[in-house]
Amino acid sequence: MTALVLIETEQGTVRQASRSAISAASRFGDVDVILFGDNAENAAKLANVRKVLHVTNLPHLLAEPAAALLATLAENYTHIVSAVSANSKNILPRLAGLLDVQPLTDVIEIKNDDTFVRPIYAGNALATVQSSDRIKVLTVRGSSFDPVAAEGGNAPVETLGAPGGYDKSHFVKVEFSHSDRPELEVARVIISGGKGVKDAGNFQKLLEPIADKLNAAIGASRAAVDAGFAPNEMQVGQTGKVVAPELYIAVGLSGALQHLAGIKDSRVIVAINIDPDAPIFKVADYGIVGDLFDILPALEKAL
Amino acid sequence: MKVLVPVKRVVDYNIKPRVAADGRGVETQGVKMSMNPFDEIALEEAIRLREKGHASSVVVVSIGPQAAQDTLRTAMAMGADQAILVRTDAALEPLAVANLLKVIVERENPGLVSMGKQAIDDDMNATGQILAAKLGWPQATFASQVKIHDGKAEVSREVDGGIEVVNVSLPAVITADLRLNEPRYASLPNIMKARKKPLETLDAESLGVDLTPRLKVVNVSEPPERQAGVIVETVDELVHKLKTEAKVL
Repeated sequence: MTALVLIETEQGTVRQASRSAISAASRFGDVDVILFGDNAENAAKLANVRKVLHVTNLPHLLAEPAAALLATLAENYTHIVSAVSANSKNILPRLAGLLDVQPLTDVIEIKNDDTFVRPIYAGNALATVQSSDRIKVLTVRGSSFDPVAAEGGNAPVETLGAPGGYDKSHFVKVEFSHSDRPELEVARVIISGGKGVKDAGNFQKLLEPIADKLNAAIGASRAAVDAGFAPNEMQVGQTGKVVAPELYIAVGLSGALQHLAGIKDSRVIVAINIDPDAPIFKVADYGIVGDLFDILPALEKAL
Repeated sequence: MKVLVPVKRVVDYNIKPRVAADGRGVETQGVKMSMNPFDEIALEEAIRLREKGHASSVVVVSIGPQAAQDTLRTAMAMGADQAILVRTDAALEPLAVANLLKVIVERENPGLVSMGKQAIDDDMNATGQILAAKLGWPQATFASQVKIHDGKAEVSREVDGGIEVVNVSLPAVITADLRLNEPRYASLPNIMKARKKPLETLDAESLGVDLTPRLKVVNVSEPPERQAGVIVETVDELVHKLKTEAKVL
């Protein structure tokens, strides 16, 4: 049994979620990793990696050539794995289509080589499924597996070229929202705002100082994103990011099913809401009923 | 160009699903069913493309039980021109759905397939990508904006950390994210009109597609329940508890 893990880097370093995917894939046997784009040196240092396949001619990870390349490599492997990310969600199901296998997405537990647990219905049920496909194509939730060490390994790097001739899709541009804060998926503490925060200015004025003190990431509910208080990539929930921090502070958000799907594996949940009947209090370890415009400045002072 | 919009009938997004007592799945008997919210958005986009003159007609297709025709009537009340029901009582995986959709695409010959990025029941987020692979078409997933010009679609995609813009040649598969648009409501006159629009029914088993599931459901269970904790009165009490009791600060 040998697994191939598609890994991703962020500002040159391998993403923590990718290191979690390597540890998940290690249960199947040897692990090779494949990296598109930037520096392979850091990938070579990862623990538990047999070989690094480095693809240098596809800087923008378009699904069509990436999946085609993976399909040419796939027959050497029993499992093709990646952490859940926008890229892996785009590429791996396409690969599965090329291989004619049914992909397994958002896996949270590996029972054995062919049996996996994945949440369905916005995390309201857990399905254990057994795959009969010859090659298992799966995305795994980073927060569900401990990452392998970023240093200590010494894997050989092999350079590969992606196939040419894919002229039906072109990268135009990407606009990143820049932030010095930790990534939502790996942050130890997250403070999230909902519609109760009332406007984008309040996100800055009230949530940022607390996030600064706690080295926290800032998240948002769908309602807050739709209302334009926060950018899309800050959305936490079924259709946004699924997080599992040590501490999740939910501010002025009611706790709809779709939001709870994204936070229920947090270790400690704190809810600050003016409505004592808000569903968020049903899952919060600690709640304060009151006006967030009074509570947040007081919280900042108390930290 | 014709736009094909696959739509799925799912448990309504406001309903808290209950795991069936036999552990085989989620209770759907007597539960309110609706069109998958992402599919509504994909359909709205297709209708807007027709209204802007980029599309000549919008065909909706649903794969599922007879009751899925309600979902198709809803789609036609929103503005789809015609509907196809691929009838089956089997629970199908994205791979089988994509293989059936490929047959429909080859029959209908659309210039674009507009579909939701994921269904809110199986949460797979895979069918559009598999279909694009099977057709050898380009794909633009998690779309938040679509502009059609010169036989191409310029699509803004929601990616980690921002927005990516790609340009894909048509025909293509585009999967809709929540931010793409706000779907319209069907008015009563349009609901009445939709009853007269053509709805064709095909039998899934007769389309020459292998529908055998690749995943065997071993069991479906409730996730571990989170219990409500305590309500604290003051911020100082909260911070104290987070430091001493929860030990997260």
